Amino acid sequence: MTAETAVELDGVTVRYGDVLALDAVTLRLAAGRVHALLGTNGSGKSTLFKAVTGMLAPQRGSVLLYGHSPDAARKRGLVGYVPQSEQVDWEFPVRVADVVMMGRYGHMGFTRRPRAADRAAVDAALERTGLTELAGRQIGALSGGQRKRVFVARGIAQGARLFLLDEPFAGVDKGSEATIIEVLRAMRDDGHTLLVSTHDLAGVPAFSDDAVLLQHRVVAQGPPEEVLTPDLLLDAFGLRAGDAAGARGEGVR
Amino acid sequence: MEWTQWITIPLEFEFMRRALLVSVVAGGVCAVLSCWMTLIGWSLLGDAVSHAVLPGVVLSYLFGFPFAVGALVFGAGSVALIGVVNRTSRVKEDAVIGIVFTAMFGIGVVLISKIPSDTDLMHILFGNVLGVSDSGIAQILVMAAVVLAAVAAKHRDLTLFAFDRTHAHAIGLNPRRLEALLLGMLSVTVVIALQAVGIILVVAMVIIPGATAYLLTDRFERMLVIAVAVSVAASVAGTYASFYLNAATGGAIVVMQAAAFALAYLFAPAQGVIWRIETRRAAPGTRTTVM
Repeated sequence: MTAETAVELDGVTVRYGDVLALDAVTLRLAAGRVHALLGTNGSGKSTLFKAVTGMLAPQRGSVLLYGHSPDAARKRGLVGYVPQSEQVDWEFPVRVADVVMMGRYGHMGFTRRPRAADRAAVDAALERTGLTELAGRQIGALSGGQRKRVFVARGIAQGARLFLLDEPFAGVDKGSEATIIEVLRAMRDDGHTLLVSTHDLAGVPAFSDDAVLLQHRVVAQGPPEEVLTPDLLLDAFGLRAGDAAGARGEGVR
Repeated sequence: MEWTQWITIPLEFEFMRRALLVSVVAGGVCAVLSCWMTLIGWSLLGDAVSHAVLPGVVLSYLFGFPFAVGALVFGAGSVALIGVVNRTSRVKEDAVIGIVFTAMFGIGVVLISKIPSDTDLMHILFGNVLGVSDSGIAQILVMAAVVLAAVAAKHRDLTLFAFDRTHAHAIGLNPRRLEALLLGMLSVTVVIALQAVGIILVVAMVIIPGATAYLLTDRFERMLVIAVAVSVAASVAGTYASFYLNAATGGAIVVMQAAAFALAYLFAPAQGVIWRIETRRAAPGTRTTVM
């Protein structure tokens, strides 16, 4: 049996003016696994996310998500996006349940009035992520780990199969990091595919099955212990393995 | 004089009944829109669009179109122009906004001075709620109905757009279309409010109610209700105040809006400055977390 492919990039090239963000990136991500996407800031990680969500059309190359074009995948709600903490307005007057309900909008009618099926999906997603008790909380009144889980729950309610997590460990404490890793594993065990961008090298073996090292092109892909070698890291990060632990948390920016 | 007479005497005048109708409708519709404007952070853009519609309003008058048509063309046109100049030059966005809206406003002022009409520049700039014509009132009611119908149908999408447009895109919605809808509603709303408070003060009507309500609640639906209630109350109070003080109505309405904001800023249960100072004193060393 060949494993299903969740993401397939073939020769994807994205250029912003003179800057080459992605240089003929060819990449295949197996479904049902946690993939870590490693690279410095400016290595093309966010561009790769944008190409996958269809926010941006590559100048060359193709993107397939579970065999669909990004547009078709969007219409089917296949891709769940968990934003970086600093991109979220935590003071926005929405409650946990409101945010999770936003995952259902693609399934709703013109005015997005929730039906019984939508409420059931939201309840199930809250339950799966352990947020049922917090459903009525304003999102800013949550801990770092709970905040991530809200957006994961939104993707579950949406029925997403591929989850993109943008720097989920940035600015969260150790305890939250552990709960986020637990959630990632549980999601994978439910059959979801996760693509997690991070510069937190030391944590990679703990949460990922596979790692992709990106520096405008794919430097390496494989099991974390094979990707996190001194030579490859030097190539992608410009630092030695001994420095890798130092890079943790401070942000390679 | 009985206190009830304070309320009933102005109502004996036809012009006051009409003024109250216009103020209440303008206050209500602006308040609805202001909730998204404050959450997205479009205050400067709101100011820009409100000024930029001036030439559209003048040309509509000249050619006999409804004001809303000219306002939409110039409101949307200015936003598009801001986008183009921003993308194709190194000038920062706030400067581009400032240039485009003052340029549009300048064109409008020139047009008014050259085009003979019975619409006074002062009335467009500062409002003329005491002298709104029958057709003016009819236009206001139609525009308000259109904006409120669009809000009723699309308010959930608009809130999603304000909160997380990447997700909106990821589930197959079109964020650009939602942005255009919101800007279109803003242009129409500006024309409604223009009759009540004039172009210069319109921005107060599309920002202050939402900001006030934002200090009072953590729930979006409540924010909408509070914004409308506060804004309508301020519009009525301002219109009455202008009657008794014989002062400019538009200015009086905006002063009332600002007074309501000041009260919320100082005394709101969770977000009010006074309350937060009290808690800090009660529990020294702890940061105030606001639910």
